[in-house]
Amino acid sequence: MTVNITLIVLMAVFFAAGIYLLLERSLTRVLLGLILMGNGANILILATSGEGGKSPLYVSGTAAEDYTDSLPQALILTAIVITFAVTAFMLGIIYRSWVLGREDDVQDDPEDRRVADQDSYDYEDDADIIADTTEFADEGEPR
Amino acid sequence: MIAADLAPLAVVLPFLGAAVTFILIRHSRAQRAVSITTLSVTLLIEVVMLLAAPAAGTHAVRLGGWEPPFGIVLVVDQFSALMLVVSSAVSLSVLIYAAGQGMADGDEDGPVSIFHPTYLILVAGVSNAFLTGDLFNLYVGFEILLTASYVLMTLGGTAPRIRAGVTYVVVSVVSSMLFLIAIAMIYGATGTINMADLAVKLETVDPATQLVLHLMLLVAFGIKAAVFPLSFWLPDSYPTAPAPVTAVFAGLLTKVGVYAMVRVETLLFPGDRINSLLMVVALLTMLVGILGALAQSDIKRLLSFTLVSHIGYMVFGLAISTRLGLGAAVYYVAHHITVQTSLFLVTGLIERRGGTANVDRLGGLARLSPLLGILFFLPAMNLAGIPPFSGFLGKLGLIQAGVELGTPLSYVLVAGGVVTSLLTLLVMARVWNRAFWRSPVDAENPDPILLASKADGSSLGTSRHVTEEDTGRFAGKDPVRLLPGSMTGPTIGLVALGLALTVLAGPLFALSDDAAQEMLDRTPYIEAVLGAGADE
Repeated sequence: MTVNITLIVLMAVFFAAGIYLLLERSLTRVLLGLILMGNGANILILATSGEGGKSPLYVSGTAAEDYTDSLPQALILTAIVITFAVTAFMLGIIYRSWVLGREDDVQDDPEDRRVADQDSYDYEDDADIIADTTEFADEGEPR
Repeated sequence: MIAADLAPLAVVLPFLGAAVTFILIRHSRAQRAVSITTLSVTLLIEVVMLLAAPAAGTHAVRLGGWEPPFGIVLVVDQFSALMLVVSSAVSLSVLIYAAGQGMADGDEDGPVSIFHPTYLILVAGVSNAFLTGDLFNLYVGFEILLTASYVLMTLGGTAPRIRAGVTYVVVSVVSSMLFLIAIAMIYGATGTINMADLAVKLETVDPATQLVLHLMLLVAFGIKAAVFPLSFWLPDSYPTAPAPVTAVFAGLLTKVGVYAMVRVETLLFPGDRINSLLMVVALLTMLVGILGALAQSDIKRLLSFTLVSHIGYMVFGLAISTRLGLGAAVYYVAHHITVQTSLFLVTGLIERRGGTANVDRLGGLARLSPLLGILFFLPAMNLAGIPPFSGFLGKLGLIQAGVELGTPLSYVLVAGGVVTSLLTLLVMARVWNRAFWRSPVDAENPDPILLASKADGSSLGTSRHVTEEDTGRFAGKDPVRLLPGSMTGPTIGLVALGLALTVLAGPLFALSDDAAQEMLDRTPYIEAVLGAGADE
């Protein structure tokens, strides 16, 4: 199998830029990162199809090895459609996030913060049980 | 014509149902009827397939008449048939619950018109992922169910859901991307993406390359299955979704990841090269998950952490990878889908009756609604693994398998499994003590609905007595039934299914044991797809 060095370099650049953008807090950049990584993955699939050949239309007398491997192209087409749908949806929720709070950042989970801040002492679990000296609790002073 | 030839219907019927419900988007009653009918018929077909599976063995359906390994095949064996039946039964109950919620109050928390088509597409994606014998088709199945889940997760578009949805979507897309990259690399290494063909051809690949491909797939599925340390997205995103949606996500989506991991470990990369790594991962998933659950006070978040923790048990069985271990893992998956979903549905009912899912603000629910108490108690004890429930039987099988293996690491894992089970019991007991047993007046800042009672002191059936107050969820609205039969009914059904897994444990364990043997043998799968003698 031959390797097309241009495709490999292009893929590496896409992945590097994509991962860099993905690590940002701004949602628009995260989305751009995902798009770049998606394209990088597609180029990787293309690279696996090996050397180009004749277009995969049946012509009698052509040896099977002379055709281009068309399966990776079918995979790429499917992957492109999926990336397209996900991108559209992401744009939708980024816009919604902007409408709701004028925020384009990844937000912290408030419940996470609350749990992290809570005291390790919990009244319900850790309080001493009040010693009850009366024989019949009902007859003692009201609690 | 045998029953397994019906397999494509398990995917096609929900898709058709989705199309029809999309057309009927303005007729909510017709929508409900269509989606419930579709799922019932699908379930019926799958039950027929499951009953025929032990006799028929592994069977492959060639879509479009293409000969494998060129076309896409759907493969029905005992494992996939069992997963299909359990997942459809659970999704049908959740659908009825969601429809019941919508009928009971028709407010913003009930399913909006887009719910039904999206939900059916989710089910189609799950069925496709369980059935497919083609790695790229598995990717497509994952994308179908994930895209549907993005929509369900952000239903209504409120600020918390959008916040959680962003995390969820980004993490899922990254994991799918890793999967896609792994597929490209596997295709580059072997020139095929048919799983049976891969099972034969991957053996000829250089072992170092094999390891890279193997780990790439495991990381991608590990994110979807929420295996530690790839699990942090789950407790952040699941709890904000509407109750029925969280329930079906918790039951099904992570298990599809586990299912894919099982297929990778048994079919594509057999052998025990990374079993020690998997054991460590399983141990950490169980312990870190359950310790996280101990710190939570919101029941939905708490259950999300127990979900992560119990994924560890399935990885435990997978890592042992003997017939006994794998069989117990298969049984545990079936048990866990049912129990975890019923717990989330009950939490939806608790939230409705008590006004909140925060245990600090709840109290006295066992007296206010004994039915709710029973519905929570049974699956909670089942999850913790109290005998004689199915949770106990599954864990017992795993522990037996661990002891049978007898390596130091497997003994550590057995101990970890027991500790996790006890901690699960502690977590469930905390919820029980606070939300159900203590007096409602001990609750901190309780919702008015919790303290309100009728004039004669008996507990409320509807929200009629709190609608007159100025504040609260029900202020100024028409009174609604607090625990309508259309919501408790499906919950009771699902809890009963969890108990049925205990009653039917004998045949079910035999089935999962057979399924495990089938998977470990590999030849039935390969021969069903490629024809006899292909694995020579």
